[in-house]
Amino acid sequence: MEKIKLTIDNRQVEVDKGTTLLEAAAGIGIKIPTLCHLNLHDLNYENNPGACRICVVEVAGRRNLAPACKTECTEGMDIKTHSPRVINARQTVMELILSNHPNECLTCAKSGHCELQSIASELGIRKINYAGEMSTFTEDVSLSIIRNMDKCIMCRRCETACNSIQSVGALSATSRGFGAVVGTAFGTNIADTNCTNCGQCVAVCPTGALTEHSNIPELMSAIADPKKTVVVQTAPAVRVALGADFGFGAQSVTGKMVAALRQIGFDYVFDTDFAADLTIMEEGTELLGRLKEHLSGNSEVKIPLMTSCCPGWVGFMEQNFPELLPHLSSAKSPQQMFGAIAKNYFAQKLGIDRRDLVVVSVMPCVAKKFECNRDEFKVDGDPDVNISITTRELAHLIRYTNIDFAGLEDDDFDRPLGESTGASVIFGATGGVIEAAVRTAYELHTGNELTKIDFDELRGFSGVRSATIDFNGVPIKIGIAHGLANARKLVEEVKAGRADYHAIEVMACPGGCIGGGGQPYHKGDMSVIRERMQSIYEEDRNKPLRKSHENPYIHQLYNEFLGTPCSHLSHELLHTHYFDRKKVICPTEEKQ
Amino acid sequence: MKNTVCMCGSIVDKVKAICAEFNNDPGELINILHKTQEMLGYLPSEVQEIIAMALDIPAAKVYGVVTFYSFFTMKPKGKYPISVCLGTACYVRGAESVLEEFKDELGIGVGEVTKDGLFSLDCLRCVGACGLAPVVMVGEKVFGRLTAESVRGVLDEFYNKEK
Repeated sequence: MEKIKLTIDNRQVEVDKGTTLLEAAAGIGIKIPTLCHLNLHDLNYENNPGACRICVVEVAGRRNLAPACKTECTEGMDIKTHSPRVINARQTVMELILSNHPNECLTCAKSGHCELQSIASELGIRKINYAGEMSTFTEDVSLSIIRNMDKCIMCRRCETACNSIQSVGALSATSRGFGAVVGTAFGTNIADTNCTNCGQCVAVCPTGALTEHSNIPELMSAIADPKKTVVVQTAPAVRVALGADFGFGAQSVTGKMVAALRQIGFDYVFDTDFAADLTIMEEGTELLGRLKEHLSGNSEVKIPLMTSCCPGWVGFMEQNFPELLPHLSSAKSPQQMFGAIAKNYFAQKLGIDRRDLVVVSVMPCVAKKFECNRDEFKVDGDPDVNISITTRELAHLIRYTNIDFAGLEDDDFDRPLGESTGASVIFGATGGVIEAAVRTAYELHTGNELTKIDFDELRGFSGVRSATIDFNGVPIKIGIAHGLANARKLVEEVKAGRADYHAIEVMACPGGCIGGGGQPYHKGDMSVIRERMQSIYEEDRNKPLRKSHENPYIHQLYNEFLGTPCSHLSHELLHTHYFDRKKVICPTEEKQ
Repeated sequence: MKNTVCMCGSIVDKVKAICAEFNNDPGELINILHKTQEMLGYLPSEVQEIIAMALDIPAAKVYGVVTFYSFFTMKPKGKYPISVCLGTACYVRGAESVLEEFKDELGIGVGEVTKDGLFSLDCLRCVGACGLAPVVMVGEKVFGRLTAESVRGVLDEFYNKEK
């Protein structure tokens, strides 16, 4: 690789040819501010439209300032990243951006986590010298996402996430000049488009233009209601991300999280991981059943089996590949399995009506808000999961309820719905669901104990992966994708009949749930997601039980209540159907 | 409204045929939109969605292109679309008062269509006939050196055609 020598702020730097000034500066610890540029290299995400002009630097011998994100290093360049001229230009650019940005930081959902706010503060903006017209878009609220486009700065990160990473294409830059905004087709409400609610647009938005639809008010009134018993379940990926807001980085904070939930006032603190173990029992049994049929030559059986834990992925399939829906596992997601068991089994144990039991979930996800509102997950209008909040909302709730998170003593989940194995923890990372399924399916199928529990071949950040696992002489081929654009590639292969997978795992968000749309903001720092993944596998390694079928409380549940996996009652409570939801915003065929 | 397009099967087929003419190539989106607007006079959302499906691209992308270029319109035009040039030369020679007169005479604003569907009113920047400033185009016909007083005469020419 050809090397380039240049000077940045009087320091000599040597970089590979093709490196941008932004990257070269970052390499020596100079963080040039940006609002539009975002690069998550391992996940193939790059937004680099050169739109915001905050990253301008001075290049000796050049008349104009240069955007650092778009300018390649050349031999002998002499760069100043914080000369008075540079700072003055950045301040002017920021003032111009702010001249059409609502001045409501104090009441904005993004306050404290807003990149626009923090860069404005770093630049020391005290006054906006440009008064003029302000945008007046209508707020757009779906079950998962709130779009407040008055706060859009046209960085186009959301558009890149929705199109390049997810291949959903619900968002695109529209209009021009002052009216330019990232919007939906024909300005339709996001809920009525082909949006899958994955929330990756929210995950990358630098301002308060895109935020989750918060459900904290409903939650607080349920807790305050003495007639209600309120239980909470926490998803695997929450415990390795929640700490970020309290100085713990990606360290697992399971014990403190449980203690905080108890202090907030939940009557029982349970774990979605329990339901993840249950999912493995059901989905693993379903997989083995289909495999048996398939291997005995039944061509009717739908192979590959595709996982169905991720509501963004399920929505994507319902909208784009309705003809392949029979491939999806009929097993409900862990969130919904938990809800069904809580409302039917646990409420019965407590001797209360299901309507007096409020089930709350804490999820790394905004699509889970949509999922728990699906009609098929309600009984006479009463949802199995009443309220779903994100990891970010829980962090907020902890501050809101004056809890000193760092000072909390570790606490333990309640029984019976709080016990879990390592297999359930790894549900939070890409490849984890299928690894958990393999651990159980292998032992149930072969009758042998696994000698090696870690399946490293199923792990990692590569967008589409495959591995073949030997089930005692029967090779089982597994496909894994994370990010819906990667998933689309796999599904197209299946559709064309070119794929020979037996099972496919998909998680809609890059990295899996650890990179979910409801997680504390990574702000483009890939190491955040990488560390969360390490923490997930560490938590798994530290668990005394690491295979779902070894969970004693799962055995108890089957003995006392369900019978066997995929029994009649299991099917009734723990399995579901999918629907063709192909959306045409303005249907024409009907008018013929 | 008289000039809106009925989204009947034959229109759907015609739009699909235009897409097919360009091999359903997403790179030809602008040409496809151009040709479709030539046929229908405007690009209603239904039509954009047909094009999106034919090219296998998101409807949001098509809408993004349609709303970016001022040439494309989602509103139906009148039978005789009026375009008042507000380029520099026309502007300094009184185009604004000509535009105001059209608004008063037709009772519509810029970007609107008269109730009878005959006229629509738009502005543009320079048609390359600055020597005739201020210039107005009605359909393909160019009218030069207009004044507020001569606006009525221009309109009557088209009203007479309709008689």
